[in-house]
Amino acid sequence: MKVLTLNFLTCAARSCKQSSDSFPLHPKEAELASDDVELNPQLLSNLLPRLDWNALRTTSTELGFPALPEQPPTLEELESDEKTLKDLHSLLMETNLMEGKLVCGHCGHEYAVKEGIANFLLPSHLV
Amino acid sequence: MAEKRDYLIRFSQSHETFRLPEIEALAVLEHVNLEVVSYNLESPFCIIRLPSETQATRLIRRSILAMSIHELWGHGATLPQVHTTVKSNSSIHNWQSYLHSSFKFTIDSYQGSRTSSKKISIINSFSYLGFLGPIKMKSPDQEFTLFEDWIFNSTPLGIPDPKYYYFGRYLGSGARDLPKKLDLKKRRYISTTSMDAELALITANLALAAPGKIFYDPFCGTGSFPIACAQFGALSFGSDIDGRSMRGDPSKNKTLWHNFQQYDLLPNLGGTFTSDLTNSPIRRLPLSTTTSPSNGITGRIFDGIVCDPPYGVREGLLVLGIRDPSKTPWVEQKGKEMYKQPDFIPPRKPYSFLAMLDDILQFSAQTLVDHGRVSFWMPTANDEEQELGVPEHPYLEVLSVCTQTFNKWSRRLITYRRKPDAEVDQAAFKSYEERKRVEIEQGKSADELNPFRKAYFEGFQSQSQTPN
Repeated sequence: MKVLTLNFLTCAARSCKQSSDSFPLHPKEAELASDDVELNPQLLSNLLPRLDWNALRTTSTELGFPALPEQPPTLEELESDEKTLKDLHSLLMETNLMEGKLVCGHCGHEYAVKEGIANFLLPSHLV
Repeated sequence: MAEKRDYLIRFSQSHETFRLPEIEALAVLEHVNLEVVSYNLESPFCIIRLPSETQATRLIRRSILAMSIHELWGHGATLPQVHTTVKSNSSIHNWQSYLHSSFKFTIDSYQGSRTSSKKISIINSFSYLGFLGPIKMKSPDQEFTLFEDWIFNSTPLGIPDPKYYYFGRYLGSGARDLPKKLDLKKRRYISTTSMDAELALITANLALAAPGKIFYDPFCGTGSFPIACAQFGALSFGSDIDGRSMRGDPSKNKTLWHNFQQYDLLPNLGGTFTSDLTNSPIRRLPLSTTTSPSNGITGRIFDGIVCDPPYGVREGLLVLGIRDPSKTPWVEQKGKEMYKQPDFIPPRKPYSFLAMLDDILQFSAQTLVDHGRVSFWMPTANDEEQELGVPEHPYLEVLSVCTQTFNKWSRRLITYRRKPDAEVDQAAFKSYEERKRVEIEQGKSADELNPFRKAYFEGFQSQSQTPN
């Protein structure tokens, strides 16, 4: 799964729905793989307003990528700044989480990631 | 500003109820100002009015059900009428500019046929066009086609002439090659419920899958819909409650990932995960609190959601949980003790098909951007008494309902648009939520939960038809 996916996923447990600590999930023992993907500025522009920037900053740091600025770029800044475009593209589109765990900061549940596929199925007492 | 002109779409005579909704969706996607002049389900010929030739080719370039589009030079119930209209429109269509072009003349007879000598004499009747260029059967500069619309069975009935003619200049083709490219027969990894390539691509068209957009299929299986959306350039995400359907068999290169690899679409595979839509990990805000944030950030992620949810006939309709926890307390206990083990399989319970559809709509309302689309398939009995209604949601507007009919049942492809919050009637939404809360309490057995499954296994016998 592309790292972008982590910006969309929160803890699936019922009791974590209201907690801000359940998002983003924290990668643990993460194995990453990198693909060459052609840069698509249109996709990144569309994505920008849908990203949770604070969550992305956390994910970026936790995966060992350089720290992202505190504030997200504006659409104009993104479109005119090739470096920001490339950095975001490399992190969101080219980096894949292959193995490891995604840990909820609220309940501590660890979702396993195998062969790039995360498993969010929960036992009955948590749904 | 060019004047609007008439164009002829030559459709494939299949999946008839899907044809116009597909073209209307493509008009939205391609910003084409479409006006339908004449269309009916029984004919493959449709006349539309458009501002320009470039809009005509753009309109159908990715259509699965339109074969080609033509500048309409004339039409009529008899050949002389065709000639009269062609001649009277001569200045609009500017014959002169094709005077020295290489060209080709063809006759396309729907439900009928002509002998070659008859074809030649019909073609010669257009000699007044006066083209001087060479005739080239392979890639000519211009191609002119006389379309004939014959009534069904005209040959055995001995009917000598078609009921209608259209004459036009070829402009462009649809994307009829794509279903062949994505053909299930040649796909590396499929399952019994994989959606056929043609219908998956049509679904992606109706939902406006396109480059730069984010699409999601919550019942993705082996990936038919995510592949179709990726083929049109969208970034595709998928999930399934059964992780095995996506994982397949990596040792044989039979996985969802390998399907994307087969078609060179891996850059468009966003990610897949195992989950149940009813307990989805996708982040979203409750609908009542998403009232028009001033910064334009709504927290909604997807441009489109496309899916074929399980009907509960061939595959069980299950969600996470235990049917009756008080009767089987040990199952929950086991879950509490074992759930951290890597090989623990969480229990699942039967779920209502109608509740599942409601969950899809609610999820779509919470995660689609403004004007984003959800297109999903649902089955229903053909018998009126047992027919299931089109599910509704106050945040979603029904755009089209297309039907594929089988013997005693049909499946429908229903497409909705996410209304911007300002368009939503909040009072209607409150009463909708209240009604749904009550409905959820009803039904216990798999049959009661699933009226379609019940009717299917009873052979779609309606009450009135059952003897005694």
